[in-house]
Amino acid sequence: MTELSKTGAAVGEPTSGRQAPEAFLEVRDLKVHFPTDDGVVKSVDGVSFSLEKGQTLAIVGESGSGKSVTSLAIMGLHRLGTRGKNVRMSGEIWLDGKELVNAAPDEVRKLRGREMAMIFQDPLSAMHPYYKIGDQIVEAYRVHHDVSKKVARKRAIEMLDRVGIPEPAKRVDGYPHEFSGGMRQRAMIAMALVNNPELLIADEPTTALDVTVQAQILDLIRDLQKEFGSAVIMITHDLGVVAEIADDVLVMYGGRCVERGPAGEVFEQPQHPYTWGLLGSMPRIDRETSERLIPVKGSPPSLINVPSGCAFNPRCPYADIPKGNVTRTVRPELEQVSTGHWSACHLSAEDRQRIWTEEIAPKL
Amino acid sequence: MRRSALAAIAAIGSASLLIAGCSKADDNKNENGNTKSAGANAATKGVVNASDKKGGTLTYELSDVPDSFDPGNTYYAYMYNLSRLWARPLMTFKPGAGEEGNTLVPDLAAGKGVPSDGGKTWTYKLRPGLKYEDGSPITSKDVKYAVERSNFARDVLSLGPNYFQQFMADADKYKGPYKDKSAKGLSSIETPDDTTVVFHLKQAFQEFDYLVAAPQTAPVPQAKDKGVDYVKHIVSSGSYKFQSYEDGKQAVLVRNENWDAKTDPLRKQLPDKIVVNLKVNPETIDQDVLAGKAIDLAGAGVQASTQADVVTDPDKKAGTDNTFGGRLVYMAINTKVAPFDKIECRKAVQYAIDKVSVQTAEGGPIRGEIASTVLPPDIPGYAKSDVYATSGNKGDVAKAKEQLKACGKSSISTNISARSDRPQEIDAATAIINSLKKVGINASLKQYPSGKYFTDYAGVPKFTEKQNLGLIMMQWGADWPSGYGFLQQILNGKAISQSGNTNLAQYDNKDVNALLGKAIGTQDTTERNSLYTQIDKKTMDDAVLVPLTYFKVLLARPQNYTNLVSTAAFSGQYDYLNIGVASK
Amino acid sequence: MISYILRRTFAAVILLLVVSAVTFAIFFLLPRLAGQTADQLAQQYIGKAPSKADIAAVKHNLGLDQPVYVQYWHFIKGIVAGADYSIGPTTVHCDAPCFGYSFKNHQAVWPELTSRLPITLSLAVGAAVLWLVSGVIAGVISALKPRSVLDRAFMGIALTGVSLPMFFTGNLAILLFRYQWPIFGSEYVPLTENPSQWANTLFPAWCSLALLYSAIYARLTRSGMLETMNEDFIRTARAKGLREGTVITRHGLRAALTPIITVFGMDIGLLLGGAVITESVFSLHGIGQYAVQGITDNDLPKILGVTLLAAFFVVIANLVVDVLYAAADPRVRLS
Repeated sequence: MTELSKTGAAVGEPTSGRQAPEAFLEVRDLKVHFPTDDGVVKSVDGVSFSLEKGQTLAIVGESGSGKSVTSLAIMGLHRLGTRGKNVRMSGEIWLDGKELVNAAPDEVRKLRGREMAMIFQDPLSAMHPYYKIGDQIVEAYRVHHDVSKKVARKRAIEMLDRVGIPEPAKRVDGYPHEFSGGMRQRAMIAMALVNNPELLIADEPTTALDVTVQAQILDLIRDLQKEFGSAVIMITHDLGVVAEIADDVLVMYGGRCVERGPAGEVFEQPQHPYTWGLLGSMPRIDRETSERLIPVKGSPPSLINVPSGCAFNPRCPYADIPKGNVTRTVRPELEQVSTGHWSACHLSAEDRQRIWTEEIAPKL
Repeated sequence: MRRSALAAIAAIGSASLLIAGCSKADDNKNENGNTKSAGANAATKGVVNASDKKGGTLTYELSDVPDSFDPGNTYYAYMYNLSRLWARPLMTFKPGAGEEGNTLVPDLAAGKGVPSDGGKTWTYKLRPGLKYEDGSPITSKDVKYAVERSNFARDVLSLGPNYFQQFMADADKYKGPYKDKSAKGLSSIETPDDTTVVFHLKQAFQEFDYLVAAPQTAPVPQAKDKGVDYVKHIVSSGSYKFQSYEDGKQAVLVRNENWDAKTDPLRKQLPDKIVVNLKVNPETIDQDVLAGKAIDLAGAGVQASTQADVVTDPDKKAGTDNTFGGRLVYMAINTKVAPFDKIECRKAVQYAIDKVSVQTAEGGPIRGEIASTVLPPDIPGYAKSDVYATSGNKGDVAKAKEQLKACGKSSISTNISARSDRPQEIDAATAIINSLKKVGINASLKQYPSGKYFTDYAGVPKFTEKQNLGLIMMQWGADWPSGYGFLQQILNGKAISQSGNTNLAQYDNKDVNALLGKAIGTQDTTERNSLYTQIDKKTMDDAVLVPLTYFKVLLARPQNYTNLVSTAAFSGQYDYLNIGVASK
Repeated sequence: MISYILRRTFAAVILLLVVSAVTFAIFFLLPRLAGQTADQLAQQYIGKAPSKADIAAVKHNLGLDQPVYVQYWHFIKGIVAGADYSIGPTTVHCDAPCFGYSFKNHQAVWPELTSRLPITLSLAVGAAVLWLVSGVIAGVISALKPRSVLDRAFMGIALTGVSLPMFFTGNLAILLFRYQWPIFGSEYVPLTENPSQWANTLFPAWCSLALLYSAIYARLTRSGMLETMNEDFIRTARAKGLREGTVITRHGLRAALTPIITVFGMDIGLLLGGAVITESVFSLHGIGQYAVQGITDNDLPKILGVTLLAAFFVVIANLVVDVLYAAADPRVRLS
């Protein structure tokens, strides 16, 4: 995430856009709004980041924080389906030199599955129940490759083998419901990687799986990433996963980025009270079982009526520390804390440092 | 939203009906300029479109299915009418307008029956040279056999009437041709030679010519009789024979080449082909009739919706015939259910009923004229009379209450029955209930299905007495157009039976019984008819039934067909003997 | 699979036996229990003023003089082994399956049913194709553009379709297409004789019947599509880069259609037992019309025959639907 400082500075300067960046994937001030009868749902409200090949970015947040919509927007999937008919979207998404927000839908479609692929949370519902696993992989391959079914089938078996499914030549003719959860997710990964995509987005790929299988799947993704050299966006609410796999972390809250930076730094020196909350609620093997988890109190904000000021202020135990009610009136902007590490919080650096070292870190 | 959408579609519907109607009228004028409507009721006064033009296909349509095409197994008036095309009875009715159609003429017989023994023996001579469709000769034995199979094998051919079984001498000893295989058959029908048939009756019966006008006397060759399956291979003695027959669906008739006009002064054999389509949607029948393409075989008149369309348009009305259907709509007063055993209570009912409201419920003047006698105007013996006349036929509350008082009652509680599947009958009964309420007679409506009305309910005297069924709705048409044919089943005290009874008033009057017996033994027609008038009068004086309306039908006259004449002999239907096709 | 079908067929036979027994009981036993004598029952099938001997003979011919269970045994035996009937001058053999003879006009029931079946079949299948195609297309379009003008128009037509009685639509169709614009014939011709006239005659009936049903199918398809198009696997299909048309048909419709197969099979099965009103309105001599005739005449063998035939079709439709469903959805196993 070496480019972050550069691109981060570009936020709020739209005139400097429209120029292909050097990063493999660059997202600039992305906004995805869904007008509804009750008001505009601001699912994503100004998010920027970039990502290089071979790197892994973890986007972390609660459900409804906008992390999934961000990934769907990159894939161009947010505007398909009944909900996407009147979506409003702005900003820029650059993938390998091509801008996707303003590209023709069919252009984006041709990139989907080939240059960028996605793994979904629940492989059982994400795979068509009526088609054989192999046929679904074959279909994914043949959209982008003009080959015979036979060739595609060979490729499907090869991919199943690659993701560690035993007896792939046999399982290729199995149906999704005949696979175990882990095997299904492996198949899903095989399907996503069948076209050697350069960007792989994994949307909570391990949530639906049990813990031992989770680790296997993460290992698999990491191995495959090494092998294919793809960029990976890992969407998760589980910081354990982040610690395991991510190079960089982006923490989202209420449709906006509240903190981002290199994984090690975010874990060692988290800057945002929300990040603290996330860390506090993370189960750890090295933690003593008697110690209770510290959950983030309250519920995620409404995306229609986002709280004024800092969106996190109703849940933030430190909201009253900054003077002049600023947390409730002024929206904090991302500020660089250290190289590549950004945070959006009204607390002063001193206060943050004090709270972190005195109150939070000892409990973790 | 939904209402308006429906309304819009309904509007489209009626608009298209209008369009259809208009263009239809135009079509008729363009197609046959010569067949301009002869005017309303023209076919009740004479033959419309009289023509000897041959060829074409004549189509009959029926919304129902007939009981049978077998002449020995049918009881429907329209089948009596139509079956003459393939089954010639000894006598038949002369095709003629209205009551002129009641005239009997010999058909298979060379002349009218010759009575002897005071009307107990009737002798008929067949015409010479008669042949079946296969060319084999028709003999008097075949006539005898036809009567035997139709009247004495009722476990097989059960659907026709059994007058011969009732009237022939020695009838109770004979088991019918299917069980009694002896060559002799029924001893009271003799065939001294191949062209003579002699009937011996139990008692004098001066209207025997009417009886032998039934299709049951049409000859059936014994060798070809397969009992119930004869209907599939009927051997024609008439001008047409069956080309195909599909039970419940369709029959197609073509010319019978072995029919000889020289043996038949009545039939003309005009169309090449006659198609009888069964189970046709009634609305479709009306449309086809109005388009001149078909005849409604049942002859019961057009549907209510069509009627409304036809009577309001003078052009269309000119193409209709509104005629009596030989039927009386009435209400029987059950003389065995108290307090209607008292004549004053019966008279109270007579005076109380507003007949105009009943007529309206039955469908207005087009569907029936207000009645005041038992015999309808198209039956011989009818004489105009109104014993219980009220102002404007609207009932007379004062007179009714007076009679009620004389009966010793201030109010009566009783039941009235009607057939549940006949909405007009139910409406009429409801109108009667409203009339009666005004004078203190409270009647509750009881509905029974028409299929079992006589076998299980109104026709079972014990049932009516148990259920306090004092008033019974009814319609009646004669089996043959005479006073006897009309009256004896509904007024004869000896005809009361424990089930299937049609003398619903359970009227058992010595004088009436005697008059009926006397009339049927009277040879002179005028004298006989005056006896029927007397019976009618006596019945009305006894107030046992309330005549409501003389049933009328509204027939649409197909413009494209020739020789259309509405005859009283077949309930006002067109006479089906000689209808031809004008064009195409 | 084979054993499943065998088992189901066996169950179907049992079910049909039960249906026949119940029907038999309703029409033969209930009147007896209600106090009607065999004489009264027999009298319905004779004309006017029957003598005691007439009634006795008819009672014997129709078998009404025997206990009901014996009558039922004869009926079942007739279906399996055929029966001999001696009514009138000759003894007629009625081949298996012998469903007996009409009490009214003594015509055998089975040949009548088989001769009418092609008509009912023609009506049902023709209409079914129309309503399935039109209903599904309308439903898909409506689902893809919910609340659009097209959606509202289709659903409006659908609502009107189910609301309007066949007496209205049928008669209107007849009036418009046979009289106003006489492009369609009125005389039914078997498919084997003249396919174009067959279709020509039946077309207005198909349309009227299809209007009634396509409404239901449009709504079913619409709600099914709305549901499946929000499924995760649709998102997956899109993520693969498939064209939207492929996504809708191969992934969305494929899943949405499966429950419709069930309804469709049952509807066809029911219709094969006779489309009573449609057949009456369009003057088609099908099973439904035969049933009506049987009921009007209280002609028990006819009613029994139609009931059993209808039950047979429903049972078969059930079986076919289950097998088809298993074929369509690999998650379903036949056991």
